Amino acid sequence: MTTSTKAAPPGAEEVGRELYTKMTLAAACDERLRQGIARGEFAVTIWPSRGQEAIAAGLGAALRKDDRLVTTYRGLHDMICKGVPLKELIGEVLGRTAGASRGKGGTMHITCPEVGVMLTTGIVGAGVPVAVGLALAARQEGSDRVAAVCFGDGATNTGSFHEGMNLASTWQLPVIFVCQNNLFAEMTPIAETMHIDKVADRALAHAMPGYRIDGNDPEAVYQAVSEASERGRSGGGPTLLECVTFRFKGHYMGDPQRYMPPEQLSAAEAADPIPRYRHRLIGAGVLTADEAVELEQWSSRLVQEAIDEVLASPGPDPSELEVDFFADMKGIPA
Amino acid sequence: MTVTADTSTMTMAGAINEALDEALSADPRVFLLGEDLADPAGGVSGVTSGLSTKHGRERVLDTPISEAAIAGAAIGAALEGRIPVAEIMIMDFITIALDQIVNIAAKARFMSSGRTGCPITVRTASFGGLGSGATHSQSLEAWFMHVPGIKVIVPSTPADAKGLLTACIFDPDPCLFLETVALYGARGEVPSGTHVVELGKADIKRPGRDVTIVCYGRAVIDALQAADQLAGEGIEAEVVDLRTLVPLDVETIMESIGRTRRAVMAHYAVEYAGAGAEIAAQISSKMFGRLDAPVRRVGARFRPIPSARELEAAVFPSTERIAAAARETARYFI
Ligand SMILES: Cc1ncc(C[n+]2csc(CCOP(=O)(O)OP(=O)(O)O)c2C)c(N)n1
Ligand SMILES: [Mg+2]
Repeated sequence: MTTSTKAAPPGAEEVGRELYTKMTLAAACDERLRQGIARGEFAVTIWPSRGQEAIAAGLGAALRKDDRLVTTYRGLHDMICKGVPLKELIGEVLGRTAGASRGKGGTMHITCPEVGVMLTTGIVGAGVPVAVGLALAARQEGSDRVAAVCFGDGATNTGSFHEGMNLASTWQLPVIFVCQNNLFAEMTPIAETMHIDKVADRALAHAMPGYRIDGNDPEAVYQAVSEASERGRSGGGPTLLECVTFRFKGHYMGDPQRYMPPEQLSAAEAADPIPRYRHRLIGAGVLTADEAVELEQWSSRLVQEAIDEVLASPGPDPSELEVDFFADMKGIPA
Repeated sequence: MTVTADTSTMTMAGAINEALDEALSADPRVFLLGEDLADPAGGVSGVTSGLSTKHGRERVLDTPISEAAIAGAAIGAALEGRIPVAEIMIMDFITIALDQIVNIAAKARFMSSGRTGCPITVRTASFGGLGSGATHSQSLEAWFMHVPGIKVIVPSTPADAKGLLTACIFDPDPCLFLETVALYGARGEVPSGTHVVELGKADIKRPGRDVTIVCYGRAVIDALQAADQLAGEGIEAEVVDLRTLVPLDVETIMESIGRTRRAVMAHYAVEYAGAGAEIAAQISSKMFGRLDAPVRRVGARFRPIPSARELEAAVFPSTERIAAAARETARYFI
């Protein structure tokens, strides 16, 4: 996989390949984990990101390696595209010692600071103010890195979201608020929980630039994130990006989706960002059909190799409970 | 306890649903609010299934992901004499609603010198034991015991769940009703029609002469299994299900221990500074000189709850750990 260090911006062709590679890798991982859960190979759950890969790819490709990312339980795609090693990611999902937190954190709580992933939260909205703090630290350190935070449409109804937006705006910090609007929060459609047409309009309350973009178009996301990070790096403050997308597999793996109108799901699946982008790249001559297939196979192989490595690693020993709790365990109850 | 002749077998989830249904039918002031409550979702665990269809969406309100507003709106309506039943989906999320519950609901009657009351019920659920990790598995009931002004209720059987929830809903003061997801599917006989279990009355779930296991919630199930095991070894354990932590049935606890002279506290919440600490302290001072063994406690270890199954199991109590503590206590000789 190409790295996302952007000393000099790559040419359009290179970006297209990078975006497509990231998308296929994220989809391959999601697919393989769901398959393993469905056939009883893995006794875990995930919150599938299938359908939302264009956002993660655009974001991951536009950010620098040292830029920070905060994401959620539905953020495996974000983390893959930011460069979290597959072994660490899958290892944590499967609760093995190969995992990013040796099985202590789990899918909802993955951290990989080496590539800028400082926090993953299972509490909806909780990551938003934390990203503000990451950006504040960047400013205090004199760094021009930015902090991106991913969250869903539903998260924009939390107090944490509004407080974080206000603070970032007041302090003009380099935060990119990335709303992955998949039109549902668990089983509830967006229109039942907010009286606004566009999540992007929430930026108006904070005199912050806010844009609604096609979250199924990786280039649109790439472009928007690039502009937002430019603004952030040069002292222009935060940006809210509403990336409209869809989740194909429901809220959690195995969700029967009784709440989902079938025609809405099939329309969304017909606009699947992966075949759509493949088609576009092939049409533009960036990729041949054979290369596209090769990339997809390569992604699946990479995921399988990571799974093999993870399963070869031991499960966590109870002695894990005695380490990495407090730095100093003196006086701490057993 | 009002027991009518008719009973039917149902799950804990079904019994809670029935209590809510009957309360909605009995009093037009009763209403429910929370995330994903309305049909077709009917709650993330299906507990409120069918209620919005039967009673209407004006009385079964789907809310945004806004826990502070869920609690606050319930409190406001309660100050006006309505009877709200708020749901906080998973207990870990109650952290976001704490200001409202702790600083307003718990103090409303006292601070207004009785000019307003706050008859809210907050239903929430502990998701421990499902491998969901540190932010989706906690049992925080001791926090609420520590705040003067809130009743704290934890049922262990379907019948108790129905009777206690009904009592909470029509209680003039704020009640925290803690459900246990691992018990939602447990079946039992439940009285049909209005069924009220008085708050503050413990229930001896199994009589025994050798040692008293004081417990509540999920630990009751383990304690009963432990008592079965111990019976095979000639030890007769009495299982006292507290059912309500505030108000606390001190009389039943002390009466039982007066007979057995030996006591074990068991709960799934963290042992350190948990509910058992308060009760053990009361036992020690009230029964000083009449105990034949030190009071023992079994609870979760003092750790964030890890995600990997083998680590999670090492943190939570179990039938074996409760049986071991009761055995040692029963065989303790000074
Ligand atoms: C504070 C809080 N409340 C409720 C939940 C339960 N919950 C988990 S995901 C979710 C829906 C979130 O919707 P959205 O923000 O749109 O993200 P999506 O899952 O669609 O990606 C809810 C209500 C939670 N995890 N945290
Ligand atoms: Mg959503």
